[in-house]
Amino acid sequence: MIPELEKFVGFSAKNLPKDEPLASGHRACQGCGEVLALRMVMKALGRDVIVCNATGCMEIVTSPFPQTAWNVPWIHIAFENAASVASGVEAARKVLARKGKISKRHVDILAVGGDGATGDIGLNWISGAMERGHDFLYVCLDNEAYMNTGVQRSGCTPYGAMTTTSPPGSQSFGQVTWKKNVPAIMAAHGIKYVATASPAYYLDLMNKVKKAAMVKGPAYVHIYSPCPTGWGSAGERSIEIARLVVETKVFPLYEVIDGKYIMSRKITKPKPVTEYLKTQRRFRHLKEEQINYIQARVDAEYEKLLKLSEM
Amino acid sequence: MAISDAIIGWKTLPFGGHVLEPGSTAKFKTGDWKSQRPVTDNSKCIKCGMCWIFCPEMAYQQTEEGFYVANLDYCKGCGICAHECPKGAITMIAEEGGKCQSA
Amino acid sequence: MSKRVGVEVSIAVADAVALARAEVISAYPITPQTHIVEHLSELVANGHLDAEFIPVESEHAAMSCACGSSAAGARTFTATSSQGLSLMSEILYHPGPMRLPIVMVVANRALAAPISIWNDHQDIMVQRDIGWIQTFAENGQEAVDLLLHAFRVAEDRRVALPFIVNIDGFTLSHVIEPIIMPDQEEVDRYIPPFKPRYKLDPRKPVSMGPVGIPEVYTEEKMAHNEALKASKRVILQGWKEFAEMFGRQYNPVEVYRTEDAETLLVTMGSISETAMTAVDEMRNAGKKVGLVRIRLWRPFPGPEFRKAIGKAKTLAVIDRCLPPGAVCGPVGAELRSLLYRVPGAPKIFSFVAGLGGRDVTVDRFKEIVDKAELYAKKRPVELYEVIGVREK
Repeated sequence: MIPELEKFVGFSAKNLPKDEPLASGHRACQGCGEVLALRMVMKALGRDVIVCNATGCMEIVTSPFPQTAWNVPWIHIAFENAASVASGVEAARKVLARKGKISKRHVDILAVGGDGATGDIGLNWISGAMERGHDFLYVCLDNEAYMNTGVQRSGCTPYGAMTTTSPPGSQSFGQVTWKKNVPAIMAAHGIKYVATASPAYYLDLMNKVKKAAMVKGPAYVHIYSPCPTGWGSAGERSIEIARLVVETKVFPLYEVIDGKYIMSRKITKPKPVTEYLKTQRRFRHLKEEQINYIQARVDAEYEKLLKLSEM
Repeated sequence: MAISDAIIGWKTLPFGGHVLEPGSTAKFKTGDWKSQRPVTDNSKCIKCGMCWIFCPEMAYQQTEEGFYVANLDYCKGCGICAHECPKGAITMIAEEGGKCQSA
Repeated sequence: MSKRVGVEVSIAVADAVALARAEVISAYPITPQTHIVEHLSELVANGHLDAEFIPVESEHAAMSCACGSSAAGARTFTATSSQGLSLMSEILYHPGPMRLPIVMVVANRALAAPISIWNDHQDIMVQRDIGWIQTFAENGQEAVDLLLHAFRVAEDRRVALPFIVNIDGFTLSHVIEPIIMPDQEEVDRYIPPFKPRYKLDPRKPVSMGPVGIPEVYTEEKMAHNEALKASKRVILQGWKEFAEMFGRQYNPVEVYRTEDAETLLVTMGSISETAMTAVDEMRNAGKKVGLVRIRLWRPFPGPEFRKAIGKAKTLAVIDRCLPPGAVCGPVGAELRSLLYRVPGAPKIFSFVAGLGGRDVTVDRFKEIVDKAELYAKKRPVELYEVIGVREK
């Protein structure tokens, strides 16, 4: 048990914070699951936070000059380096507090990036920050492709998915590799807290973000973020899809606390993956062969997780 | 209008290109994006707050009685609230001239 | 009280950073900057400097951390060279427009390919347009003094711009020179504490780095450029204050025996000292030759340069990088632009020398002056010539 987490008191449906550190009027698409997840992250953190945002959908829709949706301090530098910018902010505040130039009151430092920024172009940068042990929290908002530039595939694009750079055709069925396991890469750095979350399970999500912020040192939360525009799904179904992805075991919810895997939700009566796949046009082209592979691999990956959690 | 606010000279630009007014997107009413809007039947509403927590636009506000009302200035008409309401208390109705999606 | 010591220039530079009370150092080692970074981490580790040393995983991360740190209000320093400077290139364009006063020492080194660890100016010339204030040091004393000046000027509220001090790799970074090191009390009087106009703080939230829509991008770039041009006033004030406090006066352009010179050598960095020796020898032989050294590279000090060249008829400009396919070397091109169509302007010839660590000797300087005088009479075909290159 991490000592800092002994003081942890979870959110409940009755005591959700009413404050919105993120303001309305942002330019996200109708039904955007990512901005909804970001909203929940910010509600869990409150206003004593400095946000370091990578280039991507959230950065673009929340900072249309001359306006900003942010009610908290925010900085955007580039695509791959949110974790480095956060490292710099953390180090600066550490020395400034030590020298008495700023108050010693704790302020959370949040680095946020999409799956591209985190798992592909920025993997090196986040690895360095995790290894150096800065006291910050990294949230990956995973909409499973480079959405802001027009739905190109990323390392986190799921097997078989159609994107503009993994289009299905006579020579290919779409994304030919399995989704990169970024949470496992983060856990391999030996950081104290890693978690996965889905906005459909908002209490679970907000509690995990709060715990991640309470931990001294680096923490990582990977949040599944439905993108109706990029996935070809109905905007109104974004939360339903975020629920199905868990119920079908495609995106399991778990924590890795001090190296120990803990399932957040054991899916004892899983729904078949087809129920999840048919909600999005990006999977419409898949043949039985690919769907069977997906089902088998989803089951196998889930078993692996269960075994890790039983260790 | 947001774009016209950006037509400023280099001498009057904010220092460093920063945006100094927090939460200023609130001046941009995204409500005109919608082609359908939510209507809540309070007789069915159990005040669970799902519509409020699942709104990507933070459009819902709680009234004194505890019901929830959508701020149509920001509601983009995505329909998540109607889709998620456990009691089916919210219906999406078409804006004038717009075609309504199924809820 | 200042103290005169014999010390490796890199170590002196690191000591100067400590005297300047840098608060965050995020740096990645690369030859020939390594001793600066190593000594700084030592100073932090033994409590001599109260700072955070971030051992980043790449130069790109070094500059990214530096942006975060400066935005959060800490005095920020880094150092790099060559490949490292290229790697952080993407982020070099951010601190200028965002007004983050990061100070960086670049130990100038050639760029690959082929890989070279030796000294020339390619690395920094390729980064001309990053919008940082840039100065060049000729010796160890200047390296220290210009670095203190950089902190003083960069963080000044009227400037708030990032600042690079260039020191020649190996030729300066690794030599032991006699340097007068100021003491802490003197430096504290020269460099006031960093009080940024805006910083990342929940008590006063600002958003830094929003989207630069077409309606505003030109104005943003103009604002940055105007700020860079306007910084010259504070740069000069900073040098004046330095002279008053430490007794050493620095100028944007330095002159050596230019009074009645007909031909002037134009140099930047450590080869200037060799050039001075060459000028002395040529003068002894009766040639009316002098030397102009550019100390302030950006913002380019046009009026000071024009004053420095006086009535000279010919400029022999040394470029320490060879831009492929270009009409002229970068310094030569800059000066030709400056003096184009100016009545009485001298003829300008660009000589590329000292690439990849090749020494520019006294004899080479004499050869350059001879060639310049020849070309003044008969225009050469090319506007630049590579000196000392073997054909066979």
